[in-house]
Amino acid sequence: MAELSLEGIGKRFGAITAVTDVTLDIPSGDLVCLLGPSGCGKTTLLRLIAGLDAPSEGRILLDGEDITAVPAHQRNFGMVFQSLALFPHLSVADNISYGLRVRGVAAAARRKRAEALLELVRLPGIADRHVAQLSGGQRQRVAIARALALEPKIFLLDEPMSALDAKLREAMQVELSQLQRRLGITTVVVTHDQREAMTMADTIVVIGANRVQQVGAPLDIYRRPRNSFVADFIGSINLLPGVVSGPAEATVGDTQLRVLEVGDGVGEGDRALIAVRPEDVHLLSTDERRDNTLSGTVSYVRDLGSQVETHVDCGGETVVSVSAPKDRPAVAVADAVRVELPMAACRALAP
Amino acid sequence: MAFGPGLMLAVFFLVPFGIMLLVSVAEAVKGGAYNLVFDGSHYARFFTPFFGRVLAFSILIALLTACICITVGFPFTYALTRFGHRTQVVWLVFILAVLSLSEVIIGFSWSILLSRTAGISNLLVWLGLMSEPVAWYPGLVALLCGLTYLGLPYTVLILYPPLSRLDPELPEAARMLGASPLRSFFTVVVPAMRPAIVATVIMLFVFTLGAYLLPQVLGRPQHWTLSVLITDQAIFQSNLPFAAAMAIFLMVVSLALVVVTSRLNRRAMGSP
Repeated sequence: MAELSLEGIGKRFGAITAVTDVTLDIPSGDLVCLLGPSGCGKTTLLRLIAGLDAPSEGRILLDGEDITAVPAHQRNFGMVFQSLALFPHLSVADNISYGLRVRGVAAAARRKRAEALLELVRLPGIADRHVAQLSGGQRQRVAIARALALEPKIFLLDEPMSALDAKLREAMQVELSQLQRRLGITTVVVTHDQREAMTMADTIVVIGANRVQQVGAPLDIYRRPRNSFVADFIGSINLLPGVVSGPAEATVGDTQLRVLEVGDGVGEGDRALIAVRPEDVHLLSTDERRDNTLSGTVSYVRDLGSQVETHVDCGGETVVSVSAPKDRPAVAVADAVRVELPMAACRALAP
Repeated sequence: MAFGPGLMLAVFFLVPFGIMLLVSVAEAVKGGAYNLVFDGSHYARFFTPFFGRVLAFSILIALLTACICITVGFPFTYALTRFGHRTQVVWLVFILAVLSLSEVIIGFSWSILLSRTAGISNLLVWLGLMSEPVAWYPGLVALLCGLTYLGLPYTVLILYPPLSRLDPELPEAARMLGASPLRSFFTVVVPAMRPAIVATVIMLFVFTLGAYLLPQVLGRPQHWTLSVLITDQAIFQSNLPFAAAMAIFLMVVSLALVVVTSRLNRRAMGSP
C-alpha cells in the first residue's frame, strides 16, 4: 500500500499556468476525487502524478520517497485514460496482459492472470474477443482490468465514466468504489461530475481556477464549503449578496441574518455571499414570526415528483427552497411568503 | 447522375485500357504502325532469362524503395504530428513544394550531388572523413537515393492523416504499463497503424514501379527497370504492341502483388 504526497506542485505550458501550488497528502488506501470544471487543471495534475508530464515546480513523494524524476514507465502506477486507450490491434486478453508481457512473464501465466482479472471486473469468458467487438461498459471494465494487471502502487482514473450513458455510469461508480475498497489500493479519480465524486470519494479535492479550492470529506465539503466557488460547484445553493455586519451576522438588503460562520478571507464590513442550501430553506406564511427570515413573493413552483422546488423573489434575489412531496407548501405563484434561512445552515462566504 | 462515376470510369479508364489490350496483341509493322490482328508473340517474349531478370530487379528495387521510405517516413511523420500546429504547417508546405519538382530535376540534382567532381564526397574529404572524392553515381546507391527522394513526400502525405488521428493516449497507456517510449512506439504505435503502413507500402511500390526516368539518369543499364524498357520500346524502337504487352504484364504482376499483400494483411488483423 502506498501513500502519495504532492508538495507545492505547479505546471506551466509556456505562458499558461495549468495548475499551481498544489500541496496534498493522499493516505494509503484512500480514494481521492479531483473535482472541478473543465479546464481547471485537474487532468494536468493527474498526468503529473502519473509521470506523463513533468511538473514545473514542486515534488511528488511516494511513501516519503521523491519520485518527481522517475519516468512514467518506471513508476508502476495503473491508469485508466479518458479515451480508455485500449490497443486496437490486440485481443482483450492481450490488452490486459500487455504490461506482463513487457515484464517478460510467460504466455501461460499471462493468460491465467488476464482471466483472473476479467473475473474481477465481472466479464468472464471474453478473453479472446477483439476490442472493437466490445460494448462501452465492457471496454470500460477491460481498461480497469488492464490498469490493475501489474498490481500498481497507485490507481489513476481520468474521467473514467465519461463515455458511458447515465444509468450505466451510476452502476459503474458504485462498482468501482466497491472494487477499490476490496483491493485497498490508493486511487485518484479525475471527474467534473460532483455526483460521481460524492458517490466514490473518501476525500474530494475541489479544483478551480488552476488551484486547490478545498480538500475534505464529501459531506464536509457539501455542508461546509470554504468559499462561494466550492459552494456553487458542489450541489445547488442559494448565494445572496450581503455585507458582513458582525462576528456571526450579515445584512441582506435591510434584513439582519445570523449566520453559523463567516468564511475565509471575509471580515466585518466586507461584501459577502450568504450561502444556504435549498433543502435547508423553509417557507413560512407571512404571519409567522421567526428569526432569520426574508419576505418575498412566490415566482415559480416546480413539482418534480420526488421533490418540490419553490422559487421566491426576495427584493430582486431569488431564493430557492426544496422540500419533500409530503411537506409540499400550500403556496401558488404570486403568494406573499416568508422564507426562513436557519442560522445553522447559513454561511457568509467570500464572493 | 447515378451512372456518372461508372461512365467516367469507362471513358477514362476502361476504353484506354481496352485499346492497349488490343494493341498488345497487334502485329508490329515497320515505321511505328501496327496491324490489328491476334498475335501473342509479344507475350511469349517475357519467358526469357533477360525479362525474368529485369522483372525481378524492378520488383526488388520498388520494394526496397518502399521499405526505405516507410522506415524513414513513418517515424518522421509520427514526430511531425507531435509538433505544434505552426511547425506542422511549415513542414507540410515544404513537403508539398518538393512534390512540384520534376523527376528530371531530381535526377540531375542527385547525379551532381553524388558525382566525384562536385558531389558531397568532396565535402567529406574537406572535413577529413575521406581521403579522396568518390563517384557514387551512376549506380544502385544513386538510384535508391533518387527513388527514395521521390517517394518520401508521398509517404509523409499519406501517413499524416491517420497518424494525426491516432489517440495520443495509446502510447501513453503503454508507458503506464511499463513500456519505454521506444518500446511503446514499436509495440503500440506501429501495430495500431499497420493498415495505414501496408497501404502506404503498396502505394509506394506501385509508384516506384512506374518510375522510368530515374533509372536511366541515375542507374547503369543493368539497373533499368521494366518501365524503362517499355518507354524504350514505345518511343525509341517504335514497337507499340510490344510496349503495350509489357505494360499489361507489369500491371498484372503488380496487381497480383497488391492483392496478395492486402489479403495477408486482412488475415493478420483478424477482424473484418
